[in-house]
Amino acid sequence: MKNFAELIKTLDSSNKTSVKVDALTEYFRNAGDKDRVWTIAILSHRRPPRPVNTTLLRIWASEIANIPLWLFEESYHIVGDLAETIALVIPNSENHSEKTLSEYVEEMITLKKKTDEQKKEYLHSNWLSMNYYERFVFTKLITGSFRIGVSQKLMTRALSKVTGVDEDILAHKLMGHWDPQHISFEKLVMEERARDLESKPYPFYLAYAIEGEPKDLGECTEWAAEHKWDGIRSQTIIRNGHMYVWSRGEELVTDKYPEFSMFMGIIPDGTVIDGEILPWIDGNIGTFNDLQTRIGRKTVSPALLKKTPVIIKAYDLLEWNGEDIRNKPYSERRALLEQLYEQVKNHGLPLHISEQVNFGCWDDVLMERERARELRSEGLMFKRKDSPYLVGRKKGDWWKWKLDPLSIDAVLTYAMRGSGRRANLFTDYTFALWQDKEDGTKELVTFAKAYSGLTDAEFRMVDDYIKKNTLERFGPVRSVVPKLVFEIGFEGISLSGRHKSGVATRFPRILRWRTDKTIEEANTLDDLKALIPK
Amino acid sequence: MKQPLLAFNDKGIYCAQADVYLDPWRPVNHAIITHGHSDHARWGHRQYITHHMNVPVIKHRLGNIMVAGKDWGETFTINGVTFSFHPAGHIIGSAQVRVEYKGEVWVFTGDYKTEDDGLSTPYEAVKCHTFITENTFGLPAFKWLPQKEVMADINAWWAQNKAEGKTSILFGYTLGKAQRLLKHLDPEIGTIYTHGAVENMTEVLRSMADFPETTRVTSLIKKEDFPGSIVIAPPSAHGSTWIRKMTPYVTGAASGWMAFRGARRRRAIDRGFVLSDHCDWQGLLESIKATGAEKIICTHGYSDIFSQYLREIGYDARTEHTQYEGDEGEVTDVKDDETNNDITSTDEQ
Repeated sequence: MKNFAELIKTLDSSNKTSVKVDALTEYFRNAGDKDRVWTIAILSHRRPPRPVNTTLLRIWASEIANIPLWLFEESYHIVGDLAETIALVIPNSENHSEKTLSEYVEEMITLKKKTDEQKKEYLHSNWLSMNYYERFVFTKLITGSFRIGVSQKLMTRALSKVTGVDEDILAHKLMGHWDPQHISFEKLVMEERARDLESKPYPFYLAYAIEGEPKDLGECTEWAAEHKWDGIRSQTIIRNGHMYVWSRGEELVTDKYPEFSMFMGIIPDGTVIDGEILPWIDGNIGTFNDLQTRIGRKTVSPALLKKTPVIIKAYDLLEWNGEDIRNKPYSERRALLEQLYEQVKNHGLPLHISEQVNFGCWDDVLMERERARELRSEGLMFKRKDSPYLVGRKKGDWWKWKLDPLSIDAVLTYAMRGSGRRANLFTDYTFALWQDKEDGTKELVTFAKAYSGLTDAEFRMVDDYIKKNTLERFGPVRSVVPKLVFEIGFEGISLSGRHKSGVATRFPRILRWRTDKTIEEANTLDDLKALIPK
Repeated sequence: MKQPLLAFNDKGIYCAQADVYLDPWRPVNHAIITHGHSDHARWGHRQYITHHMNVPVIKHRLGNIMVAGKDWGETFTINGVTFSFHPAGHIIGSAQVRVEYKGEVWVFTGDYKTEDDGLSTPYEAVKCHTFITENTFGLPAFKWLPQKEVMADINAWWAQNKAEGKTSILFGYTLGKAQRLLKHLDPEIGTIYTHGAVENMTEVLRSMADFPETTRVTSLIKKEDFPGSIVIAPPSAHGSTWIRKMTPYVTGAASGWMAFRGARRRRAIDRGFVLSDHCDWQGLLESIKATGAEKIICTHGYSDIFSQYLREIGYDARTEHTQYEGDEGEVTDVKDDETNNDITSTDEQ
């Protein structure tokens, strides 16, 4: 645990990639195999099930710190991270723990079945016998995943340095379903076994955003174009009579979308499709808001299945006849995808093909992009016809060209402290628009929250304003004297019964601080509603 | 109803009986000043009264003002109200103000810390009836380690960076933290460079304390002189072109805020050292107890939370809003640097 805590400390305190990779490499080189497996699992967000609920954690931590629970809660609001708060309020110890990471994790797995008294005893004795960073890491293992600025890619790079296994192959091996409690390091990382690979998706290839104009990409005849769909990126795998649907977050979502089970027996074995999961309502693509009702549900009711069915809009083929075809040029893969689609299209499967946009010159695509909102897409995608399917976000072959966001000028009305690197600054904001009241006056109605889009310097200035202009406090939230106006951008908009304003916006963020505008000049809710597509 | 001895108005903490303000934030006639930080010693008062060690600092920052210096415990009386300064341990010269009228005693802390930093006159608890305290770090999440341990970490970090052929750039605010760091750096490790703003402020304080030899960073210093050395700079220098010349470098910051991972990461600092010139949670509680005060007024910092806790453990405590910036001061830290722009710019020649 000592070494793991040191590793987390280094990863957490440096912002240099080279330092992080070196620390990981050093750690993996010296760690035992079991600790290696658990470290890979933890850094790829495969934590063991939470053995103690956070309510009990808070109560026990405040008891041991000898402070009232409300004071613990206030501290937590300010620190912004539960494990960090617990580590900070509990008295310090000079001791180091001698147990290994895997011993702790295995204790935590058995802890889940123990009584509350036993759990409390376990936490108390451990909390009091660790130094600050070990206590933090120990508690973090109990509360949740480690978000410490280490991408899976950095970890894979370090692991590759230590084992000599190619980075891409490692990325492939570490994806998918594996159980850190039972898999050996040898089996997970070193050994290649065909059957283990059955469920494994290929790493997704991600597009970069075009910063200038599409014509900067060069000769237009070298490029294919299609719409950029606004759903969930997915990979559908059909191998050996089994089907697996993966989302881009490396989550196996097969059970969430039972409609795709229709693929079985029709789409041949040895097929992997890259495509977008989209809501399909009355013969049209729905909004992302519709899809929200399906995301996050593990079991789907028949009523919901009927109300918000989904389809896959296929745009690439990665495996065909059991063969990895990612190295074939895009145009060949696309031809095979079309061939597959022709073969199965009369079966009424929830499988559509992402239509190619025909264009003779770059000017044509400009008009096509204007149709994006009408077609419920986010803009256009360009794919180089002769390009292979790469791993991760690599510049050059796939480009996204999004529509400019919709935008509106709104007034800052509430603020909350940020978390992580923004803890102790007010960086999470709620914005409001004007609405006429019956008595002829007008009021501000909140419509969206946003917490990105300003520079650190701007955040500090807004934070300062909030601290000096607080009207009321509600736990971590403050209401603020309405004065600051911001231009808020968002990707989509739809009517919503769940929001006070009656409108839901998709991916709202701050575009800029309108220091030139007074609150009277901010937009109205009616202005916002006028942006809803008819 | 009897008028309170000290009241909070839009100009500062006001003693009506004596017609003087304590650390006022708007221009007034008579100002009693706890210490030289710019949120406590502001520009524009007709007359300043402070501990004599603050006089050169305040003059350095505010120019040729009318200022009277007093000794520790030396009393002076204005219209029947007796005032005296008592060490606050925050920075060199920082004082608490004791105010007594007809047997009633109030103490205003300004900013303070309980640990002896080996540089400031150590904090002394002053018995009083009403205690006006800062709460910059008034949360149980703040627990300082002894200075000795933190400074050992800092020196070890410097030595390690030196072994790797890198420059150590250590950020600490110009008045106070910079000198505290200087005082306890190990000059055996290597050369200590200072940013112009830090050097000038240290120069002012050299007559009052021993500091190791320092070298001002100027254009005359060659790029190859930096590796292995340590540079003490104000936090605002972070991310500026000024530090480019020191490549390859590693950055560190010394502040109470470094206790939070978020604060470290937001500022993209390689290493955070938790070293504060304010009280931690225990320090605040212990010093309140030591004053024997029954009434506590919390000024800046986490004052709402802190005063609620004090009420819960039996004190008559409340919050008063002031314009002291203790709770942001160490984070943004432009306050001391701004006054030294003239000096910084001469380094560019």
